[in-house]
Amino acid sequence: MDEVLLQLSHISMYFPGIKALDDVHIAIRPGEVHALIGENGAGKSTLVKIMTGVYKPSSGTMKYQGKEIQFKSPQEAQKAGIAVIHQETSMFADLTVAENIFMGHEPRLKGLPLVPIQPISWKNMFQRSDELLKSLGMSIDSHTLVKDLSTAERHLVEIAKALSQEAKILIMDEPTSAITIRETEELFELVKKLKAQGTAVVFISHKFEELFEIADYYTVLRDGRYIGEGSMKDVTEDELIRMMVGRSIDQLFPKGNAVIGELVLEARNLSRLGVFKDVSFAVHRGEILGFFGLVGAGRSEVMRAMIGIDPLDCGEIIMGNEVCHFKSPQDSMKRGIVYVPEDRQRQGAILTMSIAENISLPQIDSLSTLGFLNKIKERSLAANYAKKLEVKAAGLEYNVQTLSGGNQQKVVLAKWLASHPTLLILDEPTKGIDVATKSAVHQIISDLANQGLAIILVSSELPEILGMTDRVVVMHEGRVSEIFVRKDYKEEQIMRAAMGSSAKPVEVA
Amino acid sequence: MKGLQQLIKRRETTLAIIIVMFMILISFRYPRFASPENIYDVLNDTAVLILAATAQFLILLTGGIDLSISSIMALVGMLVSMLNMQLPDLPIPLVLLITLILGFVFGSINGLLVGFLRIPPIITTLGTIAIFRALVFLVSGGQWVSAHEMSALFESIPHRPFLGISGILLFTAIAIILVGLFINYTQKGRAIYAVGGNRLAARLAGISGSKIDFMVFSFSGVLSGLAGLLYVTRYAAAQTDTAVGYEFQAVAACVIGGVSVLGGSGTISGVLLGSFFLGLLYNALTVINLSPFYQIAIQGAAILVAIVANTIVNQRNQQKMLAKRSLI
Repeated sequence: MDEVLLQLSHISMYFPGIKALDDVHIAIRPGEVHALIGENGAGKSTLVKIMTGVYKPSSGTMKYQGKEIQFKSPQEAQKAGIAVIHQETSMFADLTVAENIFMGHEPRLKGLPLVPIQPISWKNMFQRSDELLKSLGMSIDSHTLVKDLSTAERHLVEIAKALSQEAKILIMDEPTSAITIRETEELFELVKKLKAQGTAVVFISHKFEELFEIADYYTVLRDGRYIGEGSMKDVTEDELIRMMVGRSIDQLFPKGNAVIGELVLEARNLSRLGVFKDVSFAVHRGEILGFFGLVGAGRSEVMRAMIGIDPLDCGEIIMGNEVCHFKSPQDSMKRGIVYVPEDRQRQGAILTMSIAENISLPQIDSLSTLGFLNKIKERSLAANYAKKLEVKAAGLEYNVQTLSGGNQQKVVLAKWLASHPTLLILDEPTKGIDVATKSAVHQIISDLANQGLAIILVSSELPEILGMTDRVVVMHEGRVSEIFVRKDYKEEQIMRAAMGSSAKPVEVA
Repeated sequence: MKGLQQLIKRRETTLAIIIVMFMILISFRYPRFASPENIYDVLNDTAVLILAATAQFLILLTGGIDLSISSIMALVGMLVSMLNMQLPDLPIPLVLLITLILGFVFGSINGLLVGFLRIPPIITTLGTIAIFRALVFLVSGGQWVSAHEMSALFESIPHRPFLGISGILLFTAIAIILVGLFINYTQKGRAIYAVGGNRLAARLAGISGSKIDFMVFSFSGVLSGLAGLLYVTRYAAAQTDTAVGYEFQAVAACVIGGVSVLGGSGTISGVLLGSFFLGLLYNALTVINLSPFYQIAIQGAAILVAIVANTIVNQRNQQKMLAKRSLI
């Protein structure tokens, strides 16, 4: 176990305005299952991308099989034997299992003399696929179309694909997040088999039971830094959680002391079949209500259904003694609810339109007389909000696609604030923006609460939740697992609730 | 100064410069080419294409495509010509009104299918291009309406001068100005750009994509109808194969004029310049006496060059932008 297969030392990675990794180490040995542990945003996926040749580290060295190496492309890493299986599988649904396994390295027939063409050997491809699947203990026929497979089966096929390329290191990014317990067991059987064959597996998961069941070794990252490593045998769940979250609160959150006023909205037993169930909460004027949970816990889905983008199966929404049913975002906008979506490129900003046009879009009604836009009013409205939010741009007439991510986010915020909402729902408002803009956005959120706006802040970043919110609704697998009030905030407990472990108190050393 | 710089950067300016250079080049051999008379003739010849391109432009802005433009032109052209045979003395304003209503009806059929039954535009209009063309045969029994069957009044629509310009140019100009005002200065016009730019974000801002789809297809029908009327009166014949292929010329004019086929960006002045450029190209090819088969190939080449140029410019801009960003 002492020989190291892949060694990364002193790895740092800078993006413009942000330090994603800072002096990180990891060593992966053959035949081990290595758990890579950290919160969202801790730098796990950046590290994986460096291992697989997607990013080139800003500094640091990588040693593979004893030799110093620098992958120029993901293809190179793949050739060298490092394969990654993503959370969402990337497969060709309309092709067969065998075609997926051998995509890009199909077995060929020998070309005829003088004919430089080597046709694909279909017989060979199906045969080898069947052998491969069988050796992994899978009972899938290689002629099956991938679209007819379950999510778990697709994962298994992806693993077979990696093995067909003779992978020495297999990286699994939350492989169990979308599959059932029984399927998880099958997956683990397979992982154990691979381990016995000497393949190294890097396993990323938020589920601790799984990590303790399958992993031999761990490395913990936090805020882009290396925190610690060791054998899974010698560590407890509590210790791991503390390593993950136990930061010194050196990031300042400008949370003001807004006066919490009357009830703005109450949600009772909101449910949507298969997505979330019995979600109840209330939000007041001046309050920042957090929604915390792991990716896939159903937070955004609750918001989308509440404001009428997706249908709601049952439950009621009460605003000012009145039961409301929002059939469309227009409906909820009329009642003063605005939703700033997480994926600003896809749902938030219209990149082909100018800053001014984006900001005025929801207000286009009130800016028009008889259907004609008043462009002077539009400009002054846009100028006003762009200034308030300090959007940095050469001019309001520039297209949003010319702005940086942080400024795009400010434009989206400006757009919604200009409509004078009573309840503002922010879904991951600081995801993917640099530190300086982040704190500017936090300042804005705090100011808005001070002005009496009710705010729902959906976030996967615990420090943001701890720093900014008055109460937090913690969700786990589509249900509310607990609601905490600011004075009772304990990082470990919130994290536990999010991970669905029993809410026994943690002794803080 | 900043305004000037922006004007220079705009695609329309580049295209205008190319047009001028093209005219100068051809005039070396055919001095009459750049004369005001010839340009006036080209404009008259291009008016119908301008209308068809404007119809296509509205659809492209939302990210769709309208293949049925040529068939609506033929169908409306045939119907009003047959009406003219029955009622030769119908006043021009009334003929115009009926034309627009017919265009609206056929366009709104596309609109219903795309907007409310959610059938993709390319599939919908692939169906209706055939259906409308078949209707031309059915209503006419496969017969032409030829010049001697049309009343003098009807035939005079494109030629009689109004306010110093020909009728065909006047109607086209009015239509273009109205569309320009509509897309640039009204709420609904803005909504078209929003839907084409990002349908989901538009929806979250309270704009219904379905209604916008219905609206643009209806307008496309109205413009196609008008184009059909001007086509049959200008050539003094309503035939079963009227305007075949115009939907693609319309796309070509838009693309050359910088309209994105992905939706969300493009200007009416770009469409005008793109159409004018194509018109000029046909004229030049006729002047230098090239076979019509070359014309089609050259038109295709012009589209590809326009798209390649667009892509290169966009990539360069993107790189500049990223470089600027990382400095901040």
